[in-house]
Amino acid sequence: MAASETWTRWRYRYVPDKLVGEILAKNWIDTLIPVVILSGVLTFFSVQMPGFLGGSNLTDIAQIYGEYLIIIVGITFVMMAGGIDLTVGSVFALCNLAALLLINSMEINLAIGIPAIMLLGGLVGLINGVLIGYLGMRAFLTTLVMLIIVRAIVDKGLLDYGQTISRGFNASSAWEFMAIGSVFGVPSSLVVAAAIVLVGHVVLTRMRFGWHVTAVGGSRRSAYNAGIRVKRTICLTYVLSGLLTGLAATFYAARLSSAGTDVGKGLEVTMLTAAVLGGISLGGGRGSIVKAMLGALIILLVQNSLIRMGLTSGTSSLVLGGLLLLAVAIDVRWVKNRHKVLARAYVSPTYFKLPPLPETAADSGSDYALNDKLRGVEAIGLGELDGPEDVIFDREDNLYCGSRHGDIIRFFAPDHTRWEVFAHIGGHPLGLAFDGEGNLHTCVGGMGLYKITPEREVIKLSDETNRSLLSVVDDSRLRLADDLDIAPDGRIFFSEATVRYEMYDWMVDALEGRGNGRIICYDPRSKSSRTVLPNLQLPNGICVEREGQSILFAETWGCRITRWFFDGPRKGETEIVVANLPGYPDNINRASDGTYWCALCGMRSPVFDLALRMPSFRKRMVQKVGRDDWLYPNMNTGCVIKFDAQGNILDVLWDLGGEAHPMITSIREHKGFLYLGGIYNNRVGKYRIPGADPNWTSFDDYWGPSA
Amino acid sequence: MAHGLSQERIVLMIATGLFILFSVTLNGFLSADNLLSLVQNVSILGILGVGMAIAIIGRGIDLSILSTMPVSVAWLLNLINGGMPIWAALLCALALVVVIGAINGFLIAYVEIPAIFATLAMGIVVYGFGKAYLAPIDAVYITRTDAWFYSIGSGRVLGVPTPVIVFALVAAAAYLFLRYAKLGRFIYGMGDNPLTARITGIPVRPMMLVQYIIISVIALIAGIVMATALSGINTRLALSTMVYDVILVVVLGGIGLSGGKGGIRNVVVGTLLIGILLNGMTIMNLTYTVQSILKSTILLLAIVADTLLNPRDEQTAQHGDI
Repeated sequence: MAASETWTRWRYRYVPDKLVGEILAKNWIDTLIPVVILSGVLTFFSVQMPGFLGGSNLTDIAQIYGEYLIIIVGITFVMMAGGIDLTVGSVFALCNLAALLLINSMEINLAIGIPAIMLLGGLVGLINGVLIGYLGMRAFLTTLVMLIIVRAIVDKGLLDYGQTISRGFNASSAWEFMAIGSVFGVPSSLVVAAAIVLVGHVVLTRMRFGWHVTAVGGSRRSAYNAGIRVKRTICLTYVLSGLLTGLAATFYAARLSSAGTDVGKGLEVTMLTAAVLGGISLGGGRGSIVKAMLGALIILLVQNSLIRMGLTSGTSSLVLGGLLLLAVAIDVRWVKNRHKVLARAYVSPTYFKLPPLPETAADSGSDYALNDKLRGVEAIGLGELDGPEDVIFDREDNLYCGSRHGDIIRFFAPDHTRWEVFAHIGGHPLGLAFDGEGNLHTCVGGMGLYKITPEREVIKLSDETNRSLLSVVDDSRLRLADDLDIAPDGRIFFSEATVRYEMYDWMVDALEGRGNGRIICYDPRSKSSRTVLPNLQLPNGICVEREGQSILFAETWGCRITRWFFDGPRKGETEIVVANLPGYPDNINRASDGTYWCALCGMRSPVFDLALRMPSFRKRMVQKVGRDDWLYPNMNTGCVIKFDAQGNILDVLWDLGGEAHPMITSIREHKGFLYLGGIYNNRVGKYRIPGADPNWTSFDDYWGPSA
Repeated sequence: MAHGLSQERIVLMIATGLFILFSVTLNGFLSADNLLSLVQNVSILGILGVGMAIAIIGRGIDLSILSTMPVSVAWLLNLINGGMPIWAALLCALALVVVIGAINGFLIAYVEIPAIFATLAMGIVVYGFGKAYLAPIDAVYITRTDAWFYSIGSGRVLGVPTPVIVFALVAAAAYLFLRYAKLGRFIYGMGDNPLTARITGIPVRPMMLVQYIIISVIALIAGIVMATALSGINTRLALSTMVYDVILVVVLGGIGLSGGKGGIRNVVVGTLLIGILLNGMTIMNLTYTVQSILKSTILLLAIVADTLLNPRDEQTAQHGDI
């Protein structure tokens, strides 16, 4: 091996490249942007202004922060639903005016006054909501026009009632508490804001309304199709925003008793900037209350510092406007390119060297020499099936297979022409196995391990396993449970192909050449799953050997078959049985003569084998070339091999034309025939095995002949 | 819009009706002085309306023109007052508005910020920048009344006030541009369906850049007319709600906010209606606040009508198009 290749091998073994992509894929990564901005702002102003975080300053900031928070919770709901609310500035002024009029001048009881003021805000919100939600108008322009209408009304109100207001004074202790009161040093507005933030967070993330809001913002059409009342949801978010702005204005009125024309001017832009800076996306669907809180804090610190630095109003608006543009630019580009960045950074190839490719030429005398034994095999369910990854038989000779639509299909014995949907699970049922009681077990891609009783009851056995301590990716969830087998004591061993990719991306895993998969054991006694063999290269087929102490498992990208002892004197040991297959092994099942069948779903090619030794080449390919042009392992042709427990290859079955069975993922011997399944195929093949025992069934081999 | 009763005609009829109504009921509406001031005030709104129309036809909007206009003109006047030759000052102001327009276009076309958002923020930035560096004092007056420059806004040609002539020239130029220039036709295509326009091979992004530069230049022209007509300009105009009057002109005239529809004729018609309305309200002695409530309510009704008449196309409305 060349020195450079040794270096490559060590470099990719010890530098954890995959972490970059995995961290980027986390949902909380969005929150990192505002946190970084916040720390930048804090550092900058701390350096610029000594005493920046001094005591008196903090109380001021905390009071205003409370008011900002109350408003921004409403804005967050509006923006999460895909809208925008620019009326807050005017609604704030209107409710401030109303508060001064009702509470200061007319001295109405707070218990009536505050709800009344909030309702006034809610009324404006309702108008917005009807116009935008029900009439489908553009949120931005509509609320902008509502902003100037309400502002004009406020101006009118100031003209008419300005005198009255300036004379009013409410001396009630509750009003004073709202103005200057505090709980353990925390200003009243901030206490109320904290409660609202908490409720808002719970509603947004844990309750029906919040989920509806997020769904509508994420994809309006899908939300509508899912039966969500889109118009009502949108309308309600504006009402909520109006109500909360009213509450914030009440605190403001209590604090300052000011009825100037400048109240609330520019507040809408401030709030919008805060929300976007925090990472709440324009257009909806992405964001959280925590992000809004961060955004509000950033904007408040910036505003406050600008004033204290004695900058002119021109410079302040220059900075604020610039900040707004910057935040939006970051948001727009991030939302647009996030998946691209992720796609480039996520695939993380490593070094993997396969032994030299075995010969397969027809006249080479190799174990794997080409033949045409599978030509013209019988087809079952031709054109009616879609993706029967695995095939299995019950005691009554009925044939079961999965389908891409999430069904288990049953073909009736003896001729397997009539069929029915035996059960519907969802996902894509892959591997199948029967236990002694006739319960069908299946690994469902995208869902987990399921059991179907003979009475067709679908029971979820497991969709999670133990979380590894140092894994960034959440590997407790089962993404791609693949094949399974059941030990005599009832334990179920099943493989999960990869923890880094979802079901539909399983082939991308091949580009990594790393052991991303694992074998998991489900124990029916404790009803829980544990990972028993981690870091396997797309573990696929699993077959319990006849002694009941070991399993054989195939690693598809590793091109090998391995034995692992789960019981007996050699418990815990592994040994390689077949080391260097010419293709990518899939399911393994027992044969009638005490040996095993294995399907090769695709054949190796020298080019891809070479690419596996060049991780930087694959990384460049992923980054520079479109996904459809990536070099993938060949999955267009495959074969079936038969091997014994010592790893000797006994037979090989090819379909040279590649017409009926180009890609074989599963084989099952039953009463002298071999049944062939394929995950992308539209049929189950039926091949007569010359000289096989015509009475042998897999069911009896596992669980003994029927009584 | 080829039907017998287009919005344009309805608006024209309403404008005529209002004109007759005001002539009969309001004292002094029909006087020569009043009509002159009506036309003069409305010309500036009309010139800005032409710019806004170009933005809206291309499925954009420009809320920053009411910052660009006062800031650039205030700077221009400051330069002239400071002794710079008029042509040099004009070139400086032109350079400024081209840069502002280019930034607008860049943000919208290349950074892909929604136009309404980008221009709203740019309006704030431009105002702040102008206030901080170009024109620290709100009101700037013309001190040197050089004949040719001053007469841009306050002269007369054959008895017609020059603002009207400038409006007519700008409108005519924009009409020819939108109607016959390749770029103008493409703006319609872009407004109708930006994705299709792009796939067809129209250079949508550079075009947006040019589009917003043109709009900025039109804002400068409007500003010069305004300053020379009123002997000065106030940068606080940027904080006023005049930009909504401009949108009102365009939307009332019948240019759909979803883009690709309408033309300069709609602007002229819309300008007439708004001019008559504003003038009438002033003569009726309505206070400023009542006037703005009325105006903004009419604008709200106009965009409600626009939404009902031109429903948004769910197929081409982009996600996040708010």
